[in-house]
Amino acid sequence: MTKASDELASVVRDHAGRLAASLVSLLGDFSAAEDLVQDAVEAALRRWPEEGIPERPDAWLFTVARRRGLDVLRRQANYRAKLTQLETPEQPPPDDRLRLIFTCCHPALAREAQIALTLRVVCGLTTAQIAAAFLVPEATVARRITRAKRKIADAGIPYRIPQDDELPERLDEVLTVIYLLFNEGYLSSTADRAHSRDLVDDAEWLTALLAGLLPNEPEVAGLLALIRLHRARTTARFTAKGDLILLQDQDRARWDHTAIAEAITTLTRAARRHRSPGPYQLQAAIAACHCEAPTWADTDWQQILVLYDMLLHLQPNPVTRLHRTVAVRYVDGVHAALTELDALEPDLQHYPLFHATRAELLRAADHPAEARAADQRALILTTNPAQQSLLHDRLTTY
Amino acid sequence: MKYVLMFVDTEEYEKEIAAMSPPEVAEVHRRVRQWFADHADKIRATTGKLQGARAATTVRLDGGRIFATDGPFMEGKEVISGFTEIEVEDLDEALRMVRTWPACPLIEIRPVEVEIRPMEP
Repeated sequence: MTKASDELASVVRDHAGRLAASLVSLLGDFSAAEDLVQDAVEAALRRWPEEGIPERPDAWLFTVARRRGLDVLRRQANYRAKLTQLETPEQPPPDDRLRLIFTCCHPALAREAQIALTLRVVCGLTTAQIAAAFLVPEATVARRITRAKRKIADAGIPYRIPQDDELPERLDEVLTVIYLLFNEGYLSSTADRAHSRDLVDDAEWLTALLAGLLPNEPEVAGLLALIRLHRARTTARFTAKGDLILLQDQDRARWDHTAIAEAITTLTRAARRHRSPGPYQLQAAIAACHCEAPTWADTDWQQILVLYDMLLHLQPNPVTRLHRTVAVRYVDGVHAALTELDALEPDLQHYPLFHATRAELLRAADHPAEARAADQRALILTTNPAQQSLLHDRLTTY
Repeated sequence: MKYVLMFVDTEEYEKEIAAMSPPEVAEVHRRVRQWFADHADKIRATTGKLQGARAATTVRLDGGRIFATDGPFMEGKEVISGFTEIEVEDLDEALRMVRTWPACPLIEIRPVEVEIRPMEP
């Protein structure tokens, strides 16, 4: 992505959600408000590259949305009256985007609808951009959005911040949506970002926004640290040719050590406020252990193993167990790791990373033929091009 | 808004009830009566037409947590065993209400179609 389009994306992101929040409050109609914002964003993406980004992008978007609203909502006299009251804020209005986020991530909406809606309404992505990022047809995304907006209206999904006793569950839901967005962006990212919008940007931006709006939620800080720790290693993840480099082979001098230090400060501050860390803080702490090790050989595996055990206690799941076996290998040896890994086969036999991890362990245990078979199995199962090429290399090297 | 809560019996729940002693069953009934009494101001006894399944939300109760999903409950070995109509502010209030439901673990929440009255001349 070029610098100019990065800037365009970030300006849209900073203002679209605010406009959406004001319009939903004003009209009391989520769907109509959202349509107006989408129109304004599309107009901006058409005109700003030629005309330049206006001095006050918020005023520009407000004016377009207002004019468009008066035009398309002509027949709804009450909307018309309300829209004439829509004025460009002289000062930034109180940030209403938190309500917007909770509505978009309401648990009564399907997960894929929550994701599409959050990207469109809060981050100001167009339907086409969402479709490109997820490699699905635009019509599919459009259908998800339409269906979700209809459900919000029909089922009476409110536009408000959940009550205190509901907040933990509802915040979990929001964090899950952002985490999936981050994962999707992180796993599908390549050295060449030109082809699509970087979802990792959106995930980081959303988490930072949430952290600003809910400064006392340690898990929000945990997720923010987790995303930033991963991003700090981005430049070292790919070769000049665009091939994936595994953590153990990365040039650690190329990591962004300032960003790492800042993320660790965020994490430490959150941990200080609360005794028992949640799953995002634990994952961030594991990432921090890797980031702080000067070399792969210096990694504090003992500490990582403890963190994985805490994580499994909160969220027992086979994929976390799989990641834990890597730590087991360096603490208790390769045979102990293989024993634990093999116990996961019933759950993970279709998961490519299971076979790739098994191949590495088998190679370390001096079983080259079985290792090769496991790599082949992984190659059949993976759909990610970067992983495919990595496995190809392994199969030709060993 | 008005919603109909449809209470869904699962196989496990039926087994659980079947294994109970008569006083235990009586206690479940008492808790259900208490729940209706606690929410009496929101319970309606009217008739109406339900909105389509697209507007439905299904809730699974599991140890004090609720897990909401988009859509109607999947018919399988589960059957609707009862219903009630409620009138509350919005879906969140309906969700709050079912959180304390003391019996079967599955509830579908379906909005009731809003009656459109002909305009006065």
